[in-house]
Amino acid sequence: MSEGKIIRVSGPLVVAENMKGSRMYDVVHVGEEKLVGEIIELEKDLASIQVYEETEGIGVGQPVFLTGEPLSVSLGPGLIESIYDGIQRPLDKIKDKTGNFISRGISMPAIDPQKKWDFNPVKKEGDKVVGGDIIGTVQETVLIEHKVMVPLGVEGTIEKINKSKFTVKDVVAVIKTKEGNKEITMEQRWGVRNGRPVKKRLAPVMPLFTGQRVIDTFFPVAKGGTASVPGPFGSGKTVIQHQLAKWAEAEVVVYIGCGERGNEMTDVLNEFPKLLDPKSGEPLMKRTVLLANTSNMPVAAREASIYTGITIAEYFRDMGYSVALMADSTSRWAEALREISGRLEEMPGEEGYPAYLGSKIAEFYERAGRVKCLGSDDREGAISVIGAVSPPGGDLSDPVVQNTLRVVKVFWSLKAELAYARHFPAIDWLTSYSLYPDNVKDYINKEVAEDFLEIEQEAMKLLEEEDELQEMVRLVGIDALSARERRILIAARIIREDFLHQNAFHEVDTYTSIKKQYLMLKAIITFYWASEKNDAEPEKLEELDILEEIARMKFVEEEEIKKIEELQNKIKDAVGKIATVKEEVGA
Amino acid sequence: MRVEYQAVSDISGPLLFVEGVSGVSYGELCTIKLPDGEERTGKVLEVHRDRAMVQVFEGTRGIDIPKSTVIFQGRTIQLDLSPDILGRVFDGMGRIIDEGPAILPEKRRDINGEPINPYAREYPNEFIQTGISTIDGLNPLVRGQKLPFFSGSGLPHNKAAAQIVRQAKVLGSEESFAVVFAAMGITFEEAEFFRNDFEQTGALERVVMFLNLADDPAIERISTPRAALTAAEYLAFDLEMHVLVIITDMTNYCEALREISAARKEVPGRRGYPGYLYTDLSTIYERAGRIKDNKGSITMMPVLSMPEDDKTHPIPDLTGYITEGQIIFSRSLERKGISPPIDVLPSLSRLKDKGIGKDKTREDHADLYNQLYAAYSRGKEAEELSVILGEAALSDMDKKYLEFMNRFESEYVSQGEYENRSVEETLDLGWKLLSVFPKKELKRIRDEYLDKYFAKFGGKEEEEKEEEQTEEKKTKEKRDKQGKEKKAEKDKEKKDKQEQEKDKDKKTRDEKDKKKKRSKKTKKKESESENKPEKK
Ligand SMILES: Nc1ncnc2c1ncn2[C@@H]1O[C@H](COP(=O)(O)OP(=O)(O)OP(=O)(O)O)[C@@H](O)[C@H]1O
Ligand SMILES: [Mg+2]
Repeated sequence: MSEGKIIRVSGPLVVAENMKGSRMYDVVHVGEEKLVGEIIELEKDLASIQVYEETEGIGVGQPVFLTGEPLSVSLGPGLIESIYDGIQRPLDKIKDKTGNFISRGISMPAIDPQKKWDFNPVKKEGDKVVGGDIIGTVQETVLIEHKVMVPLGVEGTIEKINKSKFTVKDVVAVIKTKEGNKEITMEQRWGVRNGRPVKKRLAPVMPLFTGQRVIDTFFPVAKGGTASVPGPFGSGKTVIQHQLAKWAEAEVVVYIGCGERGNEMTDVLNEFPKLLDPKSGEPLMKRTVLLANTSNMPVAAREASIYTGITIAEYFRDMGYSVALMADSTSRWAEALREISGRLEEMPGEEGYPAYLGSKIAEFYERAGRVKCLGSDDREGAISVIGAVSPPGGDLSDPVVQNTLRVVKVFWSLKAELAYARHFPAIDWLTSYSLYPDNVKDYINKEVAEDFLEIEQEAMKLLEEEDELQEMVRLVGIDALSARERRILIAARIIREDFLHQNAFHEVDTYTSIKKQYLMLKAIITFYWASEKNDAEPEKLEELDILEEIARMKFVEEEEIKKIEELQNKIKDAVGKIATVKEEVGA
Repeated sequence: MRVEYQAVSDISGPLLFVEGVSGVSYGELCTIKLPDGEERTGKVLEVHRDRAMVQVFEGTRGIDIPKSTVIFQGRTIQLDLSPDILGRVFDGMGRIIDEGPAILPEKRRDINGEPINPYAREYPNEFIQTGISTIDGLNPLVRGQKLPFFSGSGLPHNKAAAQIVRQAKVLGSEESFAVVFAAMGITFEEAEFFRNDFEQTGALERVVMFLNLADDPAIERISTPRAALTAAEYLAFDLEMHVLVIITDMTNYCEALREISAARKEVPGRRGYPGYLYTDLSTIYERAGRIKDNKGSITMMPVLSMPEDDKTHPIPDLTGYITEGQIIFSRSLERKGISPPIDVLPSLSRLKDKGIGKDKTREDHADLYNQLYAAYSRGKEAEELSVILGEAALSDMDKKYLEFMNRFESEYVSQGEYENRSVEETLDLGWKLLSVFPKKELKRIRDEYLDKYFAKFGGKEEEEKEEEQTEEKKTKEKRDKQGKEKKAEKDKEKKDKQEQEKDKDKKTRDEKDKKKKRSKKTKKKESESENKPEKK
């Protein structure tokens, strides 16, 4: 292939001439060290290239080599449990090769080409197949059965298919097509900037339970839905993302550390192999793919990491899995866009971000969804996307936040004040919202409890009333409130402290099943209703010992949730008692 | 390859443009020779065909277009490294500025370093005892963490940083440590303060200093933290030492960066700082950490002064997004006479959870700080309320919180510059302060720890307290019926309070005396017995 020549270097942006014949978004190798780059602008024979590695030492006159392939990822068995950088280079293997620091110009296969997998055909010779059909499976980890699919665009009859141990490069089947015989390996390549096609998009109907009370009960996200978590630094975005990666009821998790801290990735790497999935009892790592392009790693690769991640997620979705993707933080990705755009001297929009920021964000979230997959068996898959946003100063008028809110359906708004008071998760219950309750209502009524929504709405009403009453207390003092109003304050406080507040680092509190969430909230609302019914005196309510038991519900282990159920009657009794005492005194 | 050019075409702020060059590469180091023989150092920020843009570290004043020459060095800016750098003083570019001999380099490294592979990192989890309660108790620092001070001009952040250098130690270990000190744009006086402090504690021969003072070239501040961290990486990961890096003041660094960005006519981000400030800062802060199978560590405490004490200013804001927490200094606490004036509510250490607990500090540590935070925060709310409505409008519980808040600030937050509290002392102090509350109120603490510690530090008072409460209750009931005894009660409260204050004064006086004379154990006992009359 022909060779270009560098004429300009400015940080991660390199311009080369003599680049005729190259295409937009093609990958090139820059300089003698062959740094990986991608063409992002073409003008006559000049190409602007964003380079995914540090460009120091690259100078005018050095060569640029074309590869003719767009930026692509390798898809096949071996993805799960991997840790990649933004352009799918395996960080563990890089460490083996170059030591503790990432040096430049390293190229490595993303999927181990030597490892042999047990391939089990599910189709036989003579079967007719189309693109997307599953022809065989590989037990990738104890949790994930990897489905080997016919590459898109291939259609015909199976000539040959073998059951044996294969590497990802070996031919596992041959398909006779109109264009001749096609050899199928377990590894496929896919350009990251194009979403993988689906047969049909469907509306989300199942909740994605996360084990986080404030989320599942009040602001649920659906399988195939999108959510965004904006908040100032230290408000708990990363902890929420980690919690979701740990406990969300997804079959595959793709976690993208996009321009954030190195230690946070280490944390995941240390914890996930030890933590057990509450459903299967297997280590969480067995269903996880990690992408780490930390803040100090090259900024252009950070831009790519989001696409690399979602392409991997789409691949598992196509197998029929429910995938959850977390991106922490999409603001860093947007900043990478901004930096490259600035170097290209494009016309800046709001806050210096390029004018196409909004469409880029929308395109990304559109790749989420519940779908009918390609292939003849009509299987369903889903990708749920949860993106953190880090607006400057926590200011929600930031263009990244605003453009994100335009497309996502769930908004968990993190408040600095709550975080300062160590109320975690610091999700503000008054401004957050979810547009999914209608979608998932039927499921919840059927599978959890019929009065779930009623209880939830009662609780939310109490919280809203509390907010108004607090305002009054601030102006005129607590003494001005009626007994009824003070009971509302008590109930709302219990909801906040004993239900919404959830400590991610407490071994029991960290995860609450939806059943337990329901029972907890039901107990609290039972308390409120009993106090209303008996017209209980607020002072006496506050001194009830039962409150302590309510406060400790969150520490009740999942196996013992009967205890919480039993609490309801105890609560009624206890509240009833103070009412009788009062009557006696009155009489 | 060294090439010399005599073709400076134009100069703009700290930038120099050289024409007719070839073979120049991005990031390359160059030397600018002035007609009078003076030499300056520059770095290539951009090459475009035969034109190179050079950032001159010492500034462009006096450079003359026709007569100056530029020599491209064919390499990036590097630092000479050997164990002999300990005890030495360098300028912001890594050139020796003390009287000592040249360094015979064992290693020579690019000051930009390379990113640590996230897979190679070891999660920081070794508790560092700083002897400062607000840090050890509430925002624990661990080895390999980056924990900045967000301060303001005129606040005692330097004193606190020096106190940490003096007192910091990892419990039960005596490994080799070093301090790397990088100064950017601070005054000579401030730099001397640190130097003297290092000298007095005998740490000087373990300190490497990189000084760029207020009157040194501003653009050199761009390289100062990088040179310092290159030295730190060498000490930590080659020599396996525990390195504490103090960088002060990052605000001056950011201003230098802004100056260059403006000279390049880049599209400015917020407040004129470049859009890549986050990425740039992260290439500094993320150099802290630990590495698997390596004993060394880099713990970083950058100091920055928040312009107008505004935490949302881009410098503290972007720093907070990268570092693992922040320690915030507050002017209002300073005015109250609380020192160090650390505002614990917005302060945070994100790595605390893995550095504390059983076998590290104490089992009850996590629950305890959660409770202290919650209580202090509620105390603050009560204070706000009482400012608007008067203390009388507070509920009894809120009054307790208010009292707690005041004691917390004066006894827990406030401590002497030379007072080195062990983490045990800090934790015990927390329990002691919490003992004003009924047990039921301490919801953030597990029963087992409540059982173990609550009585121990408020012990006998618990029952009495409850009696007191029921008494109060009775009076309240009466009040509700008759609404007359209010005044008497208030008087009583006032009296109680006066008495308490008297006692407090006496106690602090006594304690001061005791500190001089007696051992800790007897002190604890006595102050317990002393508490009794106060409550009656
Ligand atoms: N659910 C939780 N339970 C207990 N502690 C929490 C919880 N969420 C957050 N925290 C505390 O808050 C700290 C900051 O949280 P986190 O790192 O997630 O913030 P962040 O919003 O991601 O900040 P940044 O934008 O700087 O990355 C954590 O280190 C932890 O101490
Ligand atoms: Mg985070």
